[in-house]
Amino acid sequence: MPRARTGPSVPALLVVGIAMVVVLAVLPRLIVPYQTVLITYGLVFAIAALGFNLLLGYTGLLSFGHSAYFGAGAYAVAFLMRDLNVQSMELLIIGGVLGTLVIAALFGFVCVRYTRIFFGILTLALSQVLWSLAFKFFWVTGGTDGLRVDSAKLSLIGGFIDFKGAGAYQRFVYSYYYYVLALFIVATVSMWIIVHSPFGKALQAIRDNEVRAQFVGVRVRRYRWLAFMISGAFTGLAGILWVPLNGLTTPDILYWPFSGELVFMTVLGGFRTFTGPIVGAMAFNYLKTYAVASTEYWQLLLGVVLLFLVVVLPTGIVGTLARIATKLGIR
Amino acid sequence: MAALLQTIDLKRYFGDTRAVDNVNLSIAEREFVSLVGPNGAGKTSLINVISALLRPDSGQIIFRGKDITRFSVTQRVKAGIARSFQLVNVFDDLSAFENVALVIFSREGKIAHLGALAHLDTDVITEADKVLDHFGLNAKRDAIARDLAQGERKLLDVALAYALKPKLLFLDEPTSGVSTRDKGQIMDTIASVVRGEGITAVIVEHDMDVVFKYSDRIVVMTQGAIMAQGTPDEIRMNEQVALVLLGTSGPDAFTRKD
Repeated sequence: MPRARTGPSVPALLVVGIAMVVVLAVLPRLIVPYQTVLITYGLVFAIAALGFNLLLGYTGLLSFGHSAYFGAGAYAVAFLMRDLNVQSMELLIIGGVLGTLVIAALFGFVCVRYTRIFFGILTLALSQVLWSLAFKFFWVTGGTDGLRVDSAKLSLIGGFIDFKGAGAYQRFVYSYYYYVLALFIVATVSMWIIVHSPFGKALQAIRDNEVRAQFVGVRVRRYRWLAFMISGAFTGLAGILWVPLNGLTTPDILYWPFSGELVFMTVLGGFRTFTGPIVGAMAFNYLKTYAVASTEYWQLLLGVVLLFLVVVLPTGIVGTLARIATKLGIR
Repeated sequence: MAALLQTIDLKRYFGDTRAVDNVNLSIAEREFVSLVGPNGAGKTSLINVISALLRPDSGQIIFRGKDITRFSVTQRVKAGIARSFQLVNVFDDLSAFENVALVIFSREGKIAHLGALAHLDTDVITEADKVLDHFGLNAKRDAIARDLAQGERKLLDVALAYALKPKLLFLDEPTSGVSTRDKGQIMDTIASVVRGEGITAVIVEHDMDVVFKYSDRIVVMTQGAIMAQGTPDEIRMNEQVALVLLGTSGPDAFTRKD
C-alpha cells in the first residue's frame, strides 16, 4: 500500500476552510454595509494575488505588470456592457476572462522567453502599453474619466437577482458579497488543485532548477506560458469582479503602481505559502483604506510597512505565523 | 552488435580551445563505458553535446539509427537519453519523493494534468517509492532535497535520470565531492541498478580504481579527442594512457602506491 504524501492533509484543510467560509458567510449580518464592501474588495484582491502568486511563488517569475490583466478584465466588462449591452454578470465573466486570456497569451508569449529582471521589465513595459492605450484613446476608453459600470444595470445568476427599484445599492452590496465569496471559493479551490497537480509540481521544478527540469523532459517555456495565462486569467477575473463594485474603471488600474500593489499584497502575506496572497490581500486592503483615511501621507506609511516587511518579516504574515507555530510545537 | 549511440566527427570548439575535436564514439547496447582523461580533456563537453546542453559546431549524433543532432533537450529525453550532473542538479525545494514523482509524471506524459492531484496517483507513488528504495533513499523520502547530505543528493541526482527509464544514461562524476567511504557505496548502488535493468551507461570518473572495477570498456580523452579505448586490462597495460593520466608509466603504474 503506497503511503500518502506528507504535507497538506486534505481533511484538516477542509475543516479550516469550511470554518473560514462559515465565518465569512455570517459576517455581513454582524457588520455595517461599508465593512461588507471592504471585505468584498479584499476578496477580489485576494483572487488577483492568488493568480499573481502562481507566477511568483510557484514558477519563480516576478511579474511587474499584472495590472494589465486586472485592467483587461475590468475594461472588457465595461466594453461588453456599453457596446453589446450585456447585463448578465455570468456572461460578463465569460467574456472578460476570454478577453484577458487573449492578452495574457499574447504578452506571455513574449515575456516567458526571459527570466528574472528581464521578465519583470518586459511585463512592466507591456502593461504600460495597455495603460497608454486606455489613457490616449479617450473616444473608446473615456481617457482619464474612465468608463462607468452601473451596478443597477447588472443581474446575477442568470437574471435571477437584479438591482432595480428602491434600496438597490444595499441589495447589490449584500448579494454581490455572496457572489464574490462564491467565486473566491471556486478560485481558491481551483488554484489549490492546480499547484498540487503534476503541472503545479512541474512549475515548482522549473522555479527550483530550470536546466534540470528540461533534462527530465519538462518543456520549460511552454509550461511558463501556460502558468502565465492561468495567472493572468485569475487576475483578470478579479478585475471583472472589481468593476461593478467600484462602479467605474479608469486607467489607474492599468498603471504600474497597481502592479506594485499586487506585489506588495503577496509579499505582505508571504509568497512562499499558498494562503499568503489571500491573507496579504485582505490585510493590504485594510491597511491602505485606513492609511488613506487617517493621514495624507499614506504612501509614506505604506512605505514604512514595506520596509519593515522586507527587513524584519521577509517570509510575510503567513510565513512568520507558520514559523512561530512550528517553534511552539503546533502541527 | 549494433551501436546504440554513434557520434560522427563530432566537433565543438570554444574559441581556440578544442573541447570536442572530431570525436567518433560508438556505444553498444548494455555497455558500461567509463570516460576518463585529465581535467579539461573534454569529457563533460562531449556529454553536454550528446545531451543537447551544447550545440555541436559540426558532426552528427546517431541514436538507435536516427540522426538526433538537431533534437532539443526534451526531444532527446523522450528518445531515451538521460543524464546526471557533476554539480548536484535537483529540485531543491521539493522533497526527495516529489523530485522522483515529478520525473515519472513527466515520463508518463501525465505532467500537463492540471486537475489530478499529484499525491493521489497510486501508480506513480508506488513507482517513486521503488526508485527511492533502489537508491537507498526511502528513509529520506519526505526530506526536502536541500536538506539531504551530499552523498544522498548525488544519489538523488542519479535517481532522477534513472526514473526516466532511459536507454542510455550519462553520469557525470557521480561520486565527486563525497567521501571515499561513501564513494564505493554509491558506485555499488549505481552499478547494481544499471546492470540490473540492462541500461547502457556512460560514466565520467576520475578514480581509476572505480573505473577499472565497474567498466566494460574505458575511453580515454585528451584535448578533446579520444586517444585510446579498450577493456580495463588493455587500458591498464597502456603506457601512454598511464603517462597522460598519472604522469608516470611502467607496468604497474595504476596499482603502485607512492
